[in-house]
Amino acid sequence: MAYADQDTGHHAGPDKFIWKYVWSQDHKVIAVQYGCTAIAVGILALVLSWLMRMQIGFPGSLEFIDPSAYYQYVTMHGMIMVIYLLTAFFLGGFGNYLIPLMCGARDMVFPFLNMLSYWFYLLSVLILLASYFVPGGPTGAGWTLYPPQSILQGTPGTDWGIILMLASLAVFIIAFTMGGLNYITTVLQARCRGLTLMRMPLTIWSIITATVLGLLAFPALFVSAIMLMFDRVLGTSFFMPYIVHMGQALETGGGSPVLFQHLFWFFGHPEVYIVALPAFGLVSDILSTHARKNIFGYRMMVWAILAIGGISFIVWAHHMYVSGMNLYLGYFFATTTLIIAIPTAIKVYNWTLTLWHGNIHLNTPMLFSIGFISTFLIGGLTGLFLGNVAVDIPLSDTYFVVAHFHMVMAIAPIMVVFAAIYHWYPKITGRMYNETLGVIHFWVTFVGTYLIYFPMHYLGFEGMPRRYYAYEGYEFISESAHSLNEFISVVAILVGVLQILFIINMLMSLKTGKLAGANPWNATTLEWQTPQTPPAHGNWGDELPVVYRWAYDYSVPGADEDFIPQNQPGELGDGREVGDDTGHSSGEGAPA
Amino acid sequence: MALAIVLILMVIGSVIFHFWSPWWFTELASNWGAMDTTILITFWVTGFVFIAVNLFIAYCVIKFRHRPDRTAAYEPENSKLEAWLTGLTGLGVIAMLTPGLIVYTDFINVPDDAVIIEAVGQQWQWSYRYPGLDGALGKADNRNVTFDNPLGIDPDDPWGQDDIVVTGAAAHIELDQPIKFNLRSKDVLHDFYVSQFRAKMDVVPGLVSYFWMTPTRLGSFEVMCAELCGVGHYNMRSEVVVDSREDYQAWLSQQTTFAESQGKPAPVGNLIERGAQLAQQHGCIACHSLDGNRGVGPSWKGMYGRTEQLADGSTVTADDAYLRESITDPGAKLVEGYPPVMAAYPMGSDDLDALVAYFKTL
Repeated sequence: MAYADQDTGHHAGPDKFIWKYVWSQDHKVIAVQYGCTAIAVGILALVLSWLMRMQIGFPGSLEFIDPSAYYQYVTMHGMIMVIYLLTAFFLGGFGNYLIPLMCGARDMVFPFLNMLSYWFYLLSVLILLASYFVPGGPTGAGWTLYPPQSILQGTPGTDWGIILMLASLAVFIIAFTMGGLNYITTVLQARCRGLTLMRMPLTIWSIITATVLGLLAFPALFVSAIMLMFDRVLGTSFFMPYIVHMGQALETGGGSPVLFQHLFWFFGHPEVYIVALPAFGLVSDILSTHARKNIFGYRMMVWAILAIGGISFIVWAHHMYVSGMNLYLGYFFATTTLIIAIPTAIKVYNWTLTLWHGNIHLNTPMLFSIGFISTFLIGGLTGLFLGNVAVDIPLSDTYFVVAHFHMVMAIAPIMVVFAAIYHWYPKITGRMYNETLGVIHFWVTFVGTYLIYFPMHYLGFEGMPRRYYAYEGYEFISESAHSLNEFISVVAILVGVLQILFIINMLMSLKTGKLAGANPWNATTLEWQTPQTPPAHGNWGDELPVVYRWAYDYSVPGADEDFIPQNQPGELGDGREVGDDTGHSSGEGAPA
Repeated sequence: MALAIVLILMVIGSVIFHFWSPWWFTELASNWGAMDTTILITFWVTGFVFIAVNLFIAYCVIKFRHRPDRTAAYEPENSKLEAWLTGLTGLGVIAMLTPGLIVYTDFINVPDDAVIIEAVGQQWQWSYRYPGLDGALGKADNRNVTFDNPLGIDPDDPWGQDDIVVTGAAAHIELDQPIKFNLRSKDVLHDFYVSQFRAKMDVVPGLVSYFWMTPTRLGSFEVMCAELCGVGHYNMRSEVVVDSREDYQAWLSQQTTFAESQGKPAPVGNLIERGAQLAQQHGCIACHSLDGNRGVGPSWKGMYGRTEQLADGSTVTADDAYLRESITDPGAKLVEGYPPVMAAYPMGSDDLDALVAYFKTL
């Protein structure tokens, strides 16, 4: 069953550099490959956001930003950040690194497939970047790629850019599918002895739920990409009604642009949770570790993850309240959307209640985690505006939406990305990061993003529409709104540039960081109990670990220390004999 | 500790910002004040949670920050507390959803006395159609669109003959008269958006979407596009003028019907005025500025007689022949640095003369 077939022999791993670090099948190396690629492409998207902010804050100051270029920045920034950075980083990066270690496995169950997953991901990134080198440049259709606009002249990049974008997405989805099947199989089949489902860290619960969401949602994007590609290349009319374009009647007809939006958001809304759920899980474990306290309401947290995952499939059309779909659908989607707020709110409460009566160490990972709660809170609460259909109508397509989704889907998850990188850096590299630089990085990022996005909501209240190259001559937009945009641009560029502190910290600490030891945070989960740090190929030396308790035995009364690792036997806390499933375990997936 | 202080300052700062912010709803000009009210209800519920949770975190950070002698509590769960929190959240959700859905019910039920007006979007201009004396719009379809029938009204439909078509000019509506805007697109997605009206809706090719509103304030209001529709999206402007009953009727009586516009020779007048009128009517200035600013296409200011660098590397002088060709066949000689997105406008020779005459004055 779960762990029986893993061989326990000695794992030396390959010696040659190219097999060890390039064509590696080691989940830890693949994780780092995923992470570095995602950061690299994320930096490009960050620079694009500066160019956009230059145009919004100081229109016309950069000669080369014409409307086409601007819309190309908008599109590439959005798509890269959502798909190629966040999705790839959480699942390909953290998922890859943490799943086998936290499950007490030697590796993913299909290491070769895992390697292929990374190389397909890299290929998808290269195809995407290639669109900068084709005639017409990348597509400027907005990251939602809505037809008919995305495939008609009048939008930049309709010659090649859109084709490469769709091809890149298709390849990305193939990469994700290979990775995703691997994550699920590994969690279901390769957990070590004693690690019942209800003893798993929330990181694993959330990553696995997000992976299931991805495997169900990405096919919708895949088919819409293929259908749109057919419309563009073969002249089909899946999404193309009768159109008179630029004075010419097109030879299209009968298709529905709204169909594309349904397919896109059937993927697109779960996608929000594909990014958010792993963030939820990682931050739960980081909060618990540094508050020296068990995560509050573990079982409720698991059910909340599953509930959010399930409901996330029936809320998609809240992105489409004013899309021209049947208006009666608004009732259904407003109701489901506000219902999903309940499990989400439970998670927020339980994070804060984890701090209650804790012993809070305010180090960099903890600061970023608390920063996450605060920024996610804002993003989640403004979601209640946009989810409620009558409130959404005036606010849709304004800067309120931009502020909302950046807070909830960009800033909050990126806070967790940083928290998690700082938290696991000592395990990945064997060395500590520089705490001072880390803390400065937190303050810049946290305060900066608040200054950028909090006032931006109010531009939306004023009715300022999004995706505008210029706002000249619109009288209802106040003069002061333009000043506010200047302010936002300055802060945004400053915060962006200062992310260099993070890069410096990461690179410098590789050489100069203090040696971390196996378990610098006194954490309970299995990845901190490996015989070597960084863990060697095969992770566990000769013997696989055996789990005796849940992942959150912090500050157990009567224990010698304020943590009891999962693989330590004993009666205190949650400790039980292997196979004794009367406690947190529901019995499923229990070891034979 | 610093974190707690910053969180508290942030909460205080947010509240002050909220009350002092000069950026707030534009002055309402429609019946949809209820939408503003639901926003405010949502604001108070969510604002309370925002303040409470941030202050709670700040309190925890102060009270339970690490000290060598501190031990954290061990409390895996507390079902009673969790049930209470879930229940209260549920109540908050109901408090927001209920008014929201009540307002929404109003929004989707168009009053019987609403007057139908059609707004048609195309890259990058708005046109309008009024039902005329028979009170009903005739059938229309993109397949009927021709240069002289820009909205694609079915020429054989008797209901359409008295429809009034307004291109390149403001729409007029009557104060306190419920209006149902029927929305159609000729090409891509658009969104008919007037900030002061609150209600908005996407304009989708292949179907007719709608929303309704009652104007409650006289004046002229800016129409924008709120759904990305290509490079000219940000400049897809129009205007809605809310008139008193008398003014509205006076304006309406001056408009020509669809039947009258078909086959009727272009009004002759001052050539330059005619050119300006054509530029307005065809939405040219969405892309070509009159003040020298860069737009989707080259500015018309000082264009006549200018030497243009073309995309193929050659140069051309913008004389009569070149300008006429660029209107009827815009792709033939493309100015460098601009996307090839202009439609061909197969105008008659008289219209071309008028436009070129107009260019010379700019």
